[in-house]
Parts: sequence; C-alpha cells; structure tokens
Amino acid sequence: MPPGSNNPVALGRNSAAVAAPRPPSAFFARRRRNYRRFIIPAVVVVGAVIVFPWMFTVWMSAFDWKIGSVAHFVGFDNYVGLATNQRFLESIGHTFYFTLLAVVLPLVLGTIAALIFHREFPMRGVLRAVFTMPMMATPVAVALVWTMMFHPQQGVLNYLLSLVGLPPSLWVYSPTLVIPSLVMVEIWHWTPLVMLIVLGGLAALPIEPYESARLDGATEWQLFRYITLPLIAPFLVVAAVIRTIDAVKAFDTIYVISQGGPGTASETINLYLYLQAFAFYNVGNASAVVVVFFAIILALALLLLHVRQRTRWVAM
Amino acid sequence: MTDFDRDAANAKRRKLLQAGLGAAAIGAVPGATQIVRAQGGFDWKKFKGEKIEIFLVKSPRGDLLTKYHKEFEDLTGITVGSEMIPEQQQRQKAVIEFNSGSPSFDVIALSYHVQKRQFAKNNWLTDLRPMIGDKSLAAPDLDFGDFAQGGLNYAVESDGRVMSLPFNLDPWVVYYNKEIFDAKGVAFPKTFAEMIDAAAKLNDTSKGISGFVGRGLKNANVPVWSSFLLGYGGGFVDAKGRLTTDTPEAIEAGKMYQTLLGKYGPQGVAGFNWNEAQSLFLQGKAAMWLDGIGFAQPLEDPNKSRIVGKVGYGVMPAGPKRQVSALFGDGEGISTYSKKKGPAWFYLQWASNKANQTRMLQAAAGAPVRNSAYAAAQSSADFKAPKQWVECMLASAKIAQPGLPVIVPVTEFRDTFGVALTNMINGADPAGELKKATAEFQPVLDKSEKA
Repeated sequence: MPPGSNNPVALGRNSAAVAAPRPPSAFFARRRRNYRRFIIPAVVVVGAVIVFPWMFTVWMSAFDWKIGSVAHFVGFDNYVGLATNQRFLESIGHTFYFTLLAVVLPLVLGTIAALIFHREFPMRGVLRAVFTMPMMATPVAVALVWTMMFHPQQGVLNYLLSLVGLPPSLWVYSPTLVIPSLVMVEIWHWTPLVMLIVLGGLAALPIEPYESARLDGATEWQLFRYITLPLIAPFLVVAAVIRTIDAVKAFDTIYVISQGGPGTASETINLYLYLQAFAFYNVGNASAVVVVFFAIILALALLLLHVRQRTRWVAM
Repeated sequence: MTDFDRDAANAKRRKLLQAGLGAAAIGAVPGATQIVRAQGGFDWKKFKGEKIEIFLVKSPRGDLLTKYHKEFEDLTGITVGSEMIPEQQQRQKAVIEFNSGSPSFDVIALSYHVQKRQFAKNNWLTDLRPMIGDKSLAAPDLDFGDFAQGGLNYAVESDGRVMSLPFNLDPWVVYYNKEIFDAKGVAFPKTFAEMIDAAAKLNDTSKGISGFVGRGLKNANVPVWSSFLLGYGGGFVDAKGRLTTDTPEAIEAGKMYQTLLGKYGPQGVAGFNWNEAQSLFLQGKAAMWLDGIGFAQPLEDPNKSRIVGKVGYGVMPAGPKRQVSALFGDGEGISTYSKKKGPAWFYLQWASNKANQTRMLQAAAGAPVRNSAYAAAQSSADFKAPKQWVECMLASAKIAQPGLPVIVPVTEFRDTFGVALTNMINGADPAGELKKATAEFQPVLDKSEKA
C-alpha cells in the first residue's frame, strides 16, 4: 500500500492533483444546476402574473370587502352565501345551458358545412371565404347589429318570419327564448371556425379506406359514419375544446344584447361576476365567484382532456 | 342605538347649523334667491402658469367642454389636461383612483344620482364653501340665483357641505305623439288616472301602436317606477335608514308600472332600454314615452324620426299626492386630494358659466342648470329646439326631485328593484316582488351605511 493511502487528507490532495474523471451523474447534476438559473425569469413571470393573483384572489375571497370600506375576515362565509344564493345558482344553470347549445350546434353545423365545402364545386373558394367572414367580425359590433335585428317590432328577423307566414317572436326580449336567441348569434359567429378545423381534418384523410369501402359496396352514409367520423374525431374534439372555452367565457355578446335579462333570464356566471366586481364593488364576494368559476372550468377542462386522450387512443 | 338612530337624534341640530352655513356660503339654499357676487379682487389670471387635470365622461357635454378648453386656457393662463372615457368606465376608474389616495385628476365630473352619496361619504370631494365665500376667488357671474333649485339641491349635502357645481339637469318628462292623441280626441293627461286612461284608449294592437312605452330592462327601468312612486307620495328611504319601497304607495306605483308597460306597452318591453323605446316612438308606434328630457334632438331630426313636428313635450302628470318629475343630473367637483384647488375652482366656475350653459343648450348636449341659458339660447337664430320643450324643461325643473335614492349602493338598488319590475311586466305580483326586493336590499343598505 503506498504511503498515505489510508490518510483521507492526503488522498484528497492526491485526487485533486490527479483530477480523476467525475462520475457521469455528478456531471449532469452540476449541469442541471447551471440550467436551473435560466428558468428563474419564467418562474418570476408566472409567479407574478398567474400564481400570485390566483393566491391573492383565494385570499380575498375570505374577506367581506367592498371597495371604499374596511375588509373583514369572514372565512368561508362568501362561499356559504353563494351556495344559498338563488341568483348565483341560476347563473350556473344559465352558463351550462348556454355552453351546451353554443358548443353542440356549431359543431354539428360546422361539420356539415365542412363536408359540403370539402367537395368540388364551382366557386368553392369564394363561397368558403364568404362563409368564414362572420368570425372575422368584432364581437361587440356583431352584438349591436343582432340587437337591432332582434327588435320585436322593427327587427328584420320578425319581418322575415312574416314573409313566410310565421308569427313574430320575442327573441331576446322573452325570458324563455333569450338564451336560444343568444346562441343563434354564437352559431352565426363561430360555426365557420368549426368548419375550418374540420375541413383541415378532412383534407388530411387518406383515400384508400374510402376506395376499399366503396368496392365493398358501402353507402355514402356508411362512409361517413364508419370512416370519416372516426378519422375526424380528434379534430372535432379540438373544435369542441375551443368552443367550450369560448362559450363558458362568453361575455360581450350577452352583455351587449341582453345585459343578462330580461330580469336575470340570461345572466351567466360571467355577468353575475361582472356585476359583483365592477358595478357593486363587492370584491370579496366577486373573488369567491371567481374561485367557484375556476373550479367549474377546471372540471370541464379535465373532462375535455380525458375525452381528447380517449379519442386519440381510439383513433390510433 | 344604531348609527341611524344617532343620526336621527342629532339631525335637527346638525341640519340647522350646517345647512345654515351652507346656505350662507352659497346664498342659495333654500330658495335660490340670494345672489353671491364677487365685489372685487377677482382675477381670472390669478393662477396663471398652473396646470390642472380634468376627468370627464364621454358625452356631448364632455365633448363640448373639451372643445372650449382653449378658451379657458386663454382666459386664465391655466393649462388643462383632460381625460374623457365612457360613463361606466369613468365611474369604476374614479372609485379605484380615489381609493388609491392619489388620483390623477384635480376636477371630476360626477353623476349625482349614482355618485353623490358615495363621494360625500368618503370625503372624496372638496367643500367649496370657503372658495364660494372668498371674494377674490368667486367669479362675478357666479350667480346662484340663476341656478335651478333641483340642481342646487343635488350640489348641497344634508350637512350643508357644497361638494360640486351642478352642470346638467335631466328631469323626466312625457313625450307624446300629438297625431295619435288627436286622432282619438284624447287630451294630454294631467293626472296618473288620466295617463292610464289615455294609454288604454290609444293602445291599438291592430295598428301596432302601443299606448305607452318606457324602459323595462332591469336597472334601467327603476326611474320609470320611481316617477310614479314620487307622485303617489312615496319615497325610497326614511329618516332611520329603513327602505320604504314596499309601502302602499310603492305598491301602487308598481301596479301602475305593470299596467302601463305590461298591458299597454309593446311586446317584449321587458327587455327595452331607452334606445328600444326611443326607436319605437320615433317610428310613430307609441302614443306616450316616459324618459329623460334629452331626446328632443333625435325626435325632431327628419333623418331619424317619422314624427317630426308631431311630438308633444309634457310635464309628468300629477299623482294622487303630488306632481313630481324624477330628476337626474351631473356636476363637477374638486378632488379632496388635489394640490391645485384654486385653479380647479376656476375651472368649475368656467364650466358652469352662462356661456357654456347656453352652448350646451344650443348644441342639444343637455339641459342647463342655469335658467338664463334658456332665454339666451332662444334668442339665437341657430336654436332649433321647440318652444314647448323649453317650457316643459323649465316647468319640470320646478317640480323635480331626485329620481333615485341618494345612497352609496345605488347600482345595487337599481339592479335588485329592476329585476322585480321586469318580473312585474311578466305578470308577477307587485306587492310580493317589492317586499322581496326590499328584504333583499335592506341588509345591503345597512352594511353600506355602517361601513
């Protein structure tokens, strides 16, 4: 045994002098430590604009605070108040009702439009462009135009109904018709988006399955049901995710056209939240609404992600 | 003892002392008969070289003032920086800036019916009495005898403080279609009973004509009901801070609202704001329309209206107890945080001077608070408003009372009672709806006063 081999100090000195190669794990660990510095800006930004506001909102939801007054800690009182607030509970129902219609109907109509525009026919390019024009319009401008069209006495919609012998409708001026009427605006505005997404999916489809199915005698409906629909399903799910996000957060159209009325018949969570925060300045209560709304959105997002994963697996 | 009880116990003594001081300071409350005139030492150039910031609402009145800011700058040597944004955003921004303790403006335009109590309770505005009383600071034409009483009532607090100068008044009146009235030989109603009777006679569904039209949309609809409430002798809040919105008078007003809009109003009126109501009236499809006085211009514009020359401007009919026109109004005040109160006070006086008030009327930008503006405007060849409109304005201003309660959560009040009124149009029982709304809103009011 060489002298000093049992002396750790001497061994250390010798090791340093020889500079034996480090084990790979230590090398990568140091490298990782060096790289971690580069994520600091992102962490700071995310912390400042997402995490902190979110934590602060949760914190504020535990206070009874109206701007201009002193805040009092009330624990879960704001949540208990919401759970027993009929108007808020109704606004959740309105949100789901609106979202359901504003997702399903554009999906169905957008898919049909995509199937039509996928076929070859004269002027197809021009007509496609015309069909996509509504989604380029500003939502508030769209809402203002539809408001005029919905007018029960002077609106063009009732005039059109009268031309085909149908009785006039109250549209957004009726508590029972207001949400379906608002969904009409959404359909007009956003069906083209669904059409574009599905059209992209159709363009990417292989032609071989269709050829072999036709040789086997499949009908057009069977081609669609058993080949086209499963193959474009991932695209439909993407369209559904985008539409759901849009519909849940819809505010401008509803606010401009009906302001949540008549009464509270079209008041969604967003409109209720707007009133609490920016008309009544009930910051504590509005924060609790935000937290509940976030939980609802999170649940919806998880559901949609689950469906998306499942659809991918099935499609593969 | 609650806050309200304490207030009530001290109210008499305090009101005597403080209102007396306020009245002495502006020489205008009550009666608006005395005239304060600066006797000397006043100089518009006193604050030459200063700069002030003005926070206005985007409206024809805001546009008008902005257009003539150069005139103020030339007159005083004070530089004006101004910001003008839509009403809702202006109100939200004002609350946030005042709460910050360092607002960016020296002068702010306020809507009395929404912001008066909020601003006064938080002491956000400067008491103008010392400046009104200082002869070196009061302009020679600051003549409070020329200001309409309704405007002065809005500007002066119950404790005597003068927090703003009124600028624009908006009493509610009844627009009526003379052609429809004449065709059926119906005279313009003088009482509530005659008003309902006229609506019944003039309502003609076969011709698509409604006997009455007004706001049915929640929040916006409350002044229609309050116009009736005041005529029935009712009010909003008693001296102890208890709501009086479910009293027999309030319920009668609710029934009248339900009858006029639900029975003789157009289909879908529950979703009507002023613009839908105006649109129907402009087309000659409604016999009467109750709303603020500021709509003469579109009604008399041949490019917009089918009833030019056929519009009558009627003072609100008398209720069983009294004749009242629901009043709304705007004014301007000085931020309590401003370090340039002197220049800001000069701006207030200039904004409400006779020339600007006359311009406002000539431009149909609003209804001036100064009586002399009407005579001045009418003498101008450019003035196109009908004579009956001017008479209606002056007569309405004399019987005007605030159309909404002077409380902090006035928007919540409008929302809660607005929903009740919309429900009434759709057939709900007025008494039940008002009791429910009152019970729902009372805790909100209590909390706001105790905060």
